Amino acid sequence: MSDDQASSVTDTAPTLAVEDLSVSYRRRRKTLPAVSGASFEIAPGEAYGLVGESGCGKSTVAMALMRYLPGNAAVDGGTIRFQGQDVLTASPATLRGWRGNQMAMVYQDPGSALNPAVRVGTQIAEVYRVHRGLSRDDALDRAADMLDKVRFPSPKDMLRRYPHELSGGQQQRVMIAMALAADPALLILDEPTTGLDATVEAEVLDLIEQLRAEYSTSVLFISHNLGIVARLCDRVGVLYAGRLSEEGPASSVLTEPRHPYTSALLRCVPRPGMRKDTKRLEPIPGYLPRLGEAPPGCPFAPRCDLVQPECETAPPPLVQVPGSHASACLRATEVPALTARDGEPAAAPASGTAPAPPPAAEKAEKAEKAAEPVIAVDGLVKRYTSAGMEVTAVDGVSLDIAPGETFGLVGESGSGKTTLARCIAGLLPSSAGKITVTADHSGRRARARFLQMVFQNPDTALNPRHIVRRILSRAQKRQDDPATSSERGRRLSDLVRAVRLQDWHLDVRPAALSGGLKQRVAIARAFAGKPSVVLCDEPVSALDVSVQAAILNLLIDLQAERGVSYLFISHDLTVVQYLADRIGVMYHGEIVDIGPANAVAAAPHHPYTEALLSAAPALGSDGAESRIRLDLTPVQPGTGTEGCRFHGRCHRSLGEVCATQVPPWQTDDSGNTYRCHIPPVQLRDLQGAATPL
Amino acid sequence: MAELTSPAAPAAAPAPRPAPGAAAGAFLGRHPLLSLLVKRLWLALVTLFLVSVLVFVIARVMPGDVGRSILGPYASAAQVAALDRKLGLDRPILAQYGSYIWGFVRGDWGTSPVLSVPVRPYVMGHLVNSLYLAGLALVEIIPLSIGLGIVAGWFRDRWPDRLISVVGVSLLALPEFVSGTILIVVFSIELRALPSSAAVPDLSIVDILHNLLLPSLPLLFVLFGYIARMTRAGTADALSSNYARTAYLKGLSGTAVLWKHVLRNSLTPTITVIAVQLGYLIGGLVVTERLFNYPGIGNLIYTAATDHDQAMLQAGVLLIAGVYTVANTLADLLYAVLNPRLRLGGS
Amino acid sequence: MSAIVPGAVPAVTTAAPAGPSRWANLRSVLSVAVRSASVDVGLVILVFWIVDAVAWHLFVPFDPLAQGGGNLLAPGGAHLLGTDNLGRDVLSRVLAGASSVLTLAPIGTLIGVALGTVVGLITGYYRGVADTLIMRVVDALLALPPIILAALALSMLGTSEFAVALLIGVIFTPIVARTVRSAVMTERDAEYVAAARLRGESGAYIMAAEILPNVTAPIIVEATVRFGYAIFIAGTLSFLSLGLQPPSPDWGLTVYTEQNFVQVQPWTVLGPAIALGTLVVSVSLVSDGLRKAMDS
Repeated sequence: MSDDQASSVTDTAPTLAVEDLSVSYRRRRKTLPAVSGASFEIAPGEAYGLVGESGCGKSTVAMALMRYLPGNAAVDGGTIRFQGQDVLTASPATLRGWRGNQMAMVYQDPGSALNPAVRVGTQIAEVYRVHRGLSRDDALDRAADMLDKVRFPSPKDMLRRYPHELSGGQQQRVMIAMALAADPALLILDEPTTGLDATVEAEVLDLIEQLRAEYSTSVLFISHNLGIVARLCDRVGVLYAGRLSEEGPASSVLTEPRHPYTSALLRCVPRPGMRKDTKRLEPIPGYLPRLGEAPPGCPFAPRCDLVQPECETAPPPLVQVPGSHASACLRATEVPALTARDGEPAAAPASGTAPAPPPAAEKAEKAEKAAEPVIAVDGLVKRYTSAGMEVTAVDGVSLDIAPGETFGLVGESGSGKTTLARCIAGLLPSSAGKITVTADHSGRRARARFLQMVFQNPDTALNPRHIVRRILSRAQKRQDDPATSSERGRRLSDLVRAVRLQDWHLDVRPAALSGGLKQRVAIARAFAGKPSVVLCDEPVSALDVSVQAAILNLLIDLQAERGVSYLFISHDLTVVQYLADRIGVMYHGEIVDIGPANAVAAAPHHPYTEALLSAAPALGSDGAESRIRLDLTPVQPGTGTEGCRFHGRCHRSLGEVCATQVPPWQTDDSGNTYRCHIPPVQLRDLQGAATPL
Repeated sequence: MAELTSPAAPAAAPAPRPAPGAAAGAFLGRHPLLSLLVKRLWLALVTLFLVSVLVFVIARVMPGDVGRSILGPYASAAQVAALDRKLGLDRPILAQYGSYIWGFVRGDWGTSPVLSVPVRPYVMGHLVNSLYLAGLALVEIIPLSIGLGIVAGWFRDRWPDRLISVVGVSLLALPEFVSGTILIVVFSIELRALPSSAAVPDLSIVDILHNLLLPSLPLLFVLFGYIARMTRAGTADALSSNYARTAYLKGLSGTAVLWKHVLRNSLTPTITVIAVQLGYLIGGLVVTERLFNYPGIGNLIYTAATDHDQAMLQAGVLLIAGVYTVANTLADLLYAVLNPRLRLGGS
Repeated sequence: MSAIVPGAVPAVTTAAPAGPSRWANLRSVLSVAVRSASVDVGLVILVFWIVDAVAWHLFVPFDPLAQGGGNLLAPGGAHLLGTDNLGRDVLSRVLAGASSVLTLAPIGTLIGVALGTVVGLITGYYRGVADTLIMRVVDALLALPPIILAALALSMLGTSEFAVALLIGVIFTPIVARTVRSAVMTERDAEYVAAARLRGESGAYIMAAEILPNVTAPIIVEATVRFGYAIFIAGTLSFLSLGLQPPSPDWGLTVYTEQNFVQVQPWTVLGPAIALGTLVVSVSLVSDGLRKAMDS
C-alpha cells in the first residue's frame, strides 16, 4: 500500500515541513536541549514514523508541532510549516482553528487523556460544536457516526458512557474517533498503543491501518517499537538524544540501516523464534545520555563500535548516503549489514513450526525430567475482596520448575501472573493450594536464602534513601551472612563483579544510576546469597530497548554460573520464547497452555496463545493478513463462568460447548498441554491452515 | 519436601469461576449510591457514639464534685451527697451513660444545675444564633475563596497567583482573637462604624450585617486561606492534566477548557474540603463569640466548661459534633453524586 | 560479549534529577525555598521573635511585670507603646510575651509529630483491624473542633503550661498520624518493601529503616504547618484564659485581660495582638515556602 501512495503524492507540497527544529527545556536555570536540528517532511497521505527510545525527544517534537510545549520548554530555532503556514508564528486564533480540526493528536494512556467527568459522546461532539458550529443534537449524531467508524457495535449507547466504563482499548478507539472527527490533514499518533495489551494493541493498530485507507490523512506515528513503525509507516526517522540519526523509506532503514545506532537497535532485541541456546543477544554498551548530557559530537559516539576521533568533535550532519537513504554517520557506508538471522526471523512467528530444538536444549529437557522439581505449585488459588466484591486473581494454577530451568509465564495485564509470583514468594497469602520445595525452607530466614525476586520497576525496587552498598550488604547479611568483615568485603566485590557493576557504584544512591544499572543492583541483591529460585517479574519491561539485551544476557550468565531456576514473567511472548525452557500461558487467572518452549510456540496450541503470537508486532513479520482478530468487547461480568474463560473472544470458538463446559486438558505429541475443547489433531489443521507449514 | 505456605485446602478444587476482574456485575441490583449512603450513615453513627462517650467521660472526670460545685463551699457533706444522689451521680458510670443517652435521644436533655433552666431550649436557642453567624461567614467564604482560588490556579505562578497565595497563606493560621481585636480597634473604636459587641440580629439583612459582619471576618480569614489554596491546587492540577491537554488540542479556547473540562473535576474535592473545615468554623465560633460577646453555642460551651455545667456542656458538644458529622456525610454524598465514577460504580 | 562501559555513564556525581532523591540534598531544597521574597520576610520575622523569646531580657526598656509607670499612658515618650492599666510598659510586655508561646508551641508540636509518626507508621504499615479502629477514633476526635476539645480537656486537667503543651500534642497526634499513614501506605506498596519482606526483615526494621527515611519530607512539611497551628492554639487557649495565668506577659492572655481597656488605650491589646499575628504569619510563610521547595 505504502509505496504507491508515497510516490503518487511526492509532487504536491508537504502537509508538514519541519526544518532545523531545536527545542530545549529550562530546569534549575540550566538549558537542556531536547531536540537539536531536526528536519523532516510529511507528504499528504504519507505515514511518517518517528522512532527512538524514551527521552530522545519524540514527544517534544509532537508537542512542538501542535505548539503545545510546557511552560519550561522553548523553541530555540527552526521552522515548522503546516500546509505552508508557519506554526510557530501563527496567531492563537489560527492555532485553535487548526487544532482538532486540521491537525489532531492521539496519545499514550487514553485513560488520562479523556475527561473523567464528561460523557464520551459529549467529548467527541465538542469537535463538531467548536469547528463546525453544529447544534448539540447534530454534533452528537456525528459523534455516533464516528464511533461507528471506529467499530463500536452500538455507538448510540456508547455516547452516554463515561470513560471509566470503557476498557483501555475502547478508550483509545474513542480518542481515535475524536482525532479523526473533523477529518484532519495531519494526525499525530504518539505511542498510541504503548501500555495496551498485545492483543488489544494489535486490534488498535489494525484499526489505524484500516482508517488510513479510508481517510487521506497524513500521519506522524511516534513509537519506540521498530516493528510497529515498519508495519505502518512509509518513511521513518530515527531519533537519538534529540538528533535525527537516520531517515528514509521504512523498508530501507529497517533492513539496511546506515547508522550504527539503528543497526545495533535492530540486533539487540530477540526476534520471534530466536532461542538463547542458538543465538546470544548483542547488547548496546553503555546507556542513553540524560537530557542535557549528550556529548558534544555524535551523541551515539560513546556507545559506538565504529567511533573515530572526528565523531567526538561535532555532530555529523544528516546526509544522503549514495544508493541508500540519509544517515548522520561519518562512516555510514561501513555500518555492517544485518546478518540473515538478524534480518529475517528463523521462522514465521505465527503458528509456523518452530525450528527443531537444538541438541543442547534436548539434553537439558531430558535432564529436567529426571530431577525433582526445585519448587512445585499445586492448585494455587488467590482470592481477594475489592470494593466489597470477591475477585479470583489466580485460579487453580499448577506448575513446577526443575533445578536450573527457566519457566516462562506469559499473560496480559490482569491475568494474575504477578499475583501468582507474589503468592509463590510468600508476599501474599494464598487462598488455597500447595507450594512444595526441595528442602526445609519453612522459616523466614531460610526462605529468604532459598527464593529471591527481581522486580519490574527498578526505580521503586531499590530504597531511594540507601546507598547501593547498604542495600547489597544488608541483603548479604540476611541471605548469606559471611563470618568475618574481610570475607564480607570480598564477597561484596565478587557480587558487584558478577553483575558487571563497578566498585564506585557502591557509594551512590539509586537515583544517581540509570535504569539498567539500577536493575543490575536489584539483580545483585537477589543473588546476594545462593538462591535456588529467582522470580523475575517483568525485569526488562521498564527498561529502554537498548539496555534490555544486556540485562537478559546477565540473567542467562548468572543462571549458567550458579544453576539457579527462574520463574520469568513477561507480557512479551518473544522475550519469553527466547529465554524460557518451558512456557505457561496465563489467561484470567488460569494457565491455559503449558509445555516446552518450542512446543507451546508451535501449532497446535491454545487459541489464545495463537492470538498472542500473531499479535506480537515484530520486524520481518508481515502479518497483517494472517493476523488473528479477537473480539475486543471485554468479557461481560458474570458470563463465561460456566465454560471456557476465553470463549467470548475466541476466534476458534465451537459455540455452545465452549460457553457451557469447562474445556479439558489436551496434550499433543510435542509435549504441549492446553485447555481447549478442540483436540490436537483438529487444532493443528486449523492453525496450520492459517500459515502453511 | 516442605510446604512454603500453609494454605487451607490441600488439593485446590477448581475454584468457583466468576471471571476475575469481572465481579462488577454481581451487585447490579444494588445501586452504588445507596450502599454508599448506608455506609456513610453507619460511619456517622459510630463517630457520634464515640464522641458521646468521650464527652461523657471528660465531663465525669472534671475536677471537683458536681454537687459541691453547685452548692458552694459552705454546704455540708450530707447536702452534697444528697444532691449527688438526686442527680444520679452515685450510680455506676455505665448506667449513668445509658440513661443519659436514652434521655438525649428522646429529647430529654435535663436541666442545668448551674443556670437552673431546661437545657434543650437554651442550647437550641444558642445554636440558632450561631447559625446566623456561621451562615453569614459561609456566604462570604464560599464564593470569595473558590473564586479567587480559581483565579490563582488559572494564573499559576504569575503575580495574581502569588498575591492570592501569599495573602491566603498569611491568614491561614491567624487566630480569630488576633484579627478580631485588630478589626475591633479599627472599625469600632477608630472608625466607630460597627459595634464591638454583637447583638442577636433580627432577620433583616441590614441588621445581620451590622451586628455580624465584624465577627464573621476572622472566620473568613482563616477559612479563606485554606479553601482558596485547595481550589487553586485542584484547578492548577486539572489544567495541567492530560484531559485538559486533549481539550486544548481539540481547538478549545482557554476559558472553554476551564469551564467545560477543568472546573467540574477540580471543584468536587472542594466540597469535601469545605465540609471538613466546618469543624474549624465551629471552633472559631467559641473565640469570636467570646470576643464579640455574642450569645452563640461556642460561648455557651465555653461558659459551661468553665462553670462545670455538665448537662449544658454535653448537649452543646454533642450537638456540634452532630452538625459537623451531618455536614460531612452530606458533603460525601454530594461528592459521590457529582462524580460519575462513584455514582456509577467503578469498573 | 560487549562489556558495560562504566565510563559512559554520565557524571554520577552531579546532582540527581528530581525524583526519589529530591530529599537527598536538604541544602538545595532550602536554597529554593529562600529564593522567594515572602519566605525571606517570614524568616526575618521568625528569627527576630525566636531571638527575642530567648533574650528578651536584653531588649526590654522596663521590667515587664513592674507597675507604677503611670496607668494607661498613651504611646510616646519613655513608654513607646504606652502603659497598661497597672502602669506596666506595653512594649516590654510585648517583647517578653514571645517566650511563653515559643516554648509551648514547639514542645506541643514535637509531641504531636513524634506520637503521630509512630501511630501513622504502624497503622499505615499493618493496616487491618487495628488500623480501622484507630482511624475511627481519629475521625471521632476530628469531629470535634480542636479548640472545643482543648476547652473540655483543660477544664478537666486544670490549666498549666505542661497541660497546654501536652494537649496540643494530643490534638495533633491524629492529624499527623493521618498524613504519615497515607505516605506510608504509598511507600508500603513500593517494591523495595517487598524486597525487604522477602529477605525476612521484621516489621519494626522495615518501618524504621526502610519506610521512615522515605516519608521524612511529608513529616517535616506537616511539622512546620503544625507549628503554625500550635501557636494558633496556644495563643487562643491563653486568650480563653485556659492556658497561662496572670501576671504572665503572654500575648493571648494579655489580649484577654486588657480587653476591658480597649476603648481607652487600644495599644494594650493591639500590641500583643499584632505581635502574635506577625509570628503566625511568618511561620506560615516559611512553612509554605518549604512545602513548595519540596514539591518542586
